[in-house]
Amino acid sequence: MDAFRVLSPGSLTTVQDRGRFGFLDRGVPPSGALDPFAFRAANLLAGNPGGAAVLEITMMGPALEVLCDAADIALAGADMGLTVNRQAAPMWQTVRVRKGDLVRVGQARSGCRAYLAVTGGIDVPVIMGSRSTCLKARIGGVEGRMLRKGDILRRLEGEPLRHPRVFPPGRIPVYRSEIVLRAIPGPQEEAFGSGLGMFFDALYDIAPEADRMGYRLQGPPVHHVEGFPQSIISEPTVPGNVQLPADGRPIILLVEQTTGGYTKIATVISPDIPKIAQAIPGNRVRFREATLEEAHRVVREEALLMRELEDLLAAGR
Amino acid sequence: MSHLYDRPRIRLSGDRAILVEYGDAIEPAVNEKVRAVTALLKRGLPEGVEAVIPAYRNLAVLYDPLVTAPERILPVLLGLEARRHEIEIPKPRVVEIPVLYGGDHGPDIGVVADHNGLSVEEVIAIHAGTVYPIYMIGFTPGFCYLGGLDRRIHTPRRKTPRTLLPGGSVGIAEAQTGMYPVDSPGGWQIIGRTPLRLFAPERENPFLYEPGDRIRFVPVTAAEYERIREKEGA
Repeated sequence: MDAFRVLSPGSLTTVQDRGRFGFLDRGVPPSGALDPFAFRAANLLAGNPGGAAVLEITMMGPALEVLCDAADIALAGADMGLTVNRQAAPMWQTVRVRKGDLVRVGQARSGCRAYLAVTGGIDVPVIMGSRSTCLKARIGGVEGRMLRKGDILRRLEGEPLRHPRVFPPGRIPVYRSEIVLRAIPGPQEEAFGSGLGMFFDALYDIAPEADRMGYRLQGPPVHHVEGFPQSIISEPTVPGNVQLPADGRPIILLVEQTTGGYTKIATVISPDIPKIAQAIPGNRVRFREATLEEAHRVVREEALLMRELEDLLAAGR
Repeated sequence: MSHLYDRPRIRLSGDRAILVEYGDAIEPAVNEKVRAVTALLKRGLPEGVEAVIPAYRNLAVLYDPLVTAPERILPVLLGLEARRHEIEIPKPRVVEIPVLYGGDHGPDIGVVADHNGLSVEEVIAIHAGTVYPIYMIGFTPGFCYLGGLDRRIHTPRRKTPRTLLPGGSVGIAEAQTGMYPVDSPGGWQIIGRTPLRLFAPERENPFLYEPGDRIRFVPVTAAEYERIREKEGA
């Protein structure tokens, strides 16, 4: 059924779900919500299954007219502010909307990306196993592109919640202007010798070139050990890989590419990817060395935390 | 001299992937090993393994850290390798790609011919006379990294890349040849175009080939090109 009419699209709003993982070996990037934590929170607050498609809103939000009788929405992630019919409405909570309501998401005061979920989830065609938009390949979402004024967004069937849900305030992430990313050395750490230590000591600025493909950093250049080639035979990349091209300026690779030919000094652990997703140009980044065991421990802790949140919020049903 | 390692080199790529590396060169023997291990793994993915992505000389194994870890995946992988000769690896599939060479569809074929002191007909015969292994697919959906381009037609990239190459364009850049599955900018010397849709996202399998397959380019006439193009609905 129709859910929203797009009155204004915001600066960069796309439909995203968990991502597209069936064709990574054919050069089709994973895409998907860049901040999986806020994405899952938004769905949970709207009473949806964890993988329902949502709107990923970047920096500046859209204005939407509600077209269905009644539905729940929830906005989680960057602090953009939400209004319904020009009245402030809370983020990180279930918000009931009705036909004709005007939903407006403002400008990010902290963080970079917010996720707007609606009862049932956004209904766009499933392309190659996912509803996620991949702008580069022009697939998924609304015709493979960002939202435009006049688009009609549909939603899947689903009942509004009997009791609204509120995310525990203590669990709402604080998006800081300086972030610490835990990273496991490799896959090509040997190419840098003592440069690895420099990398973990350095304080970087996020450059203006920062998008879902990757975040470029500015700071003290880290160079290759002499004689070690600067490019390697191209190979598969994963989100979080920190690539170091010849100029010595790191690029954190994200979700819109599958292969690369530069050496990678370290890889940000997956539970820290949301911190990058919420960082903006001008913010500062440090890397802290982590072991695989530590990363896996954090992954398990976060999964447990998410399960607790699910139980807690669903209990109020 | 072979660049194949005695035993694979394992690299961590974060907390959800390992890279298993079989050699340090672009070489058929190294890639054959990658192809074999990929085929064996795909017969029955070990528990918790989400994807296997083969490349030139290594493969990425993506896993769910809530289910498994490298120390559980590696013994399976090494065990498969040890039994490699007992298990038949399917022969590579050869996928034929019809190409209309030259003319408007291959505006740079004269450049390739002149650079190498050949006639256009010779360039076509050489390019279509090789079966190319797909070493890796990346960059854009369906973009193949092919091996084995004949030295006689190696040609530098264009000095100024074109801002828009139509999907299906077939080109040469240095020692590489390949095709652009979708419209994109590009600096390769374009020698022809295929009427096939190389990326059809609405199809259940949107691609005609996968890594490890081989590509043979088959010259077609303008009439055949049009006939195939109409059938593809492009």
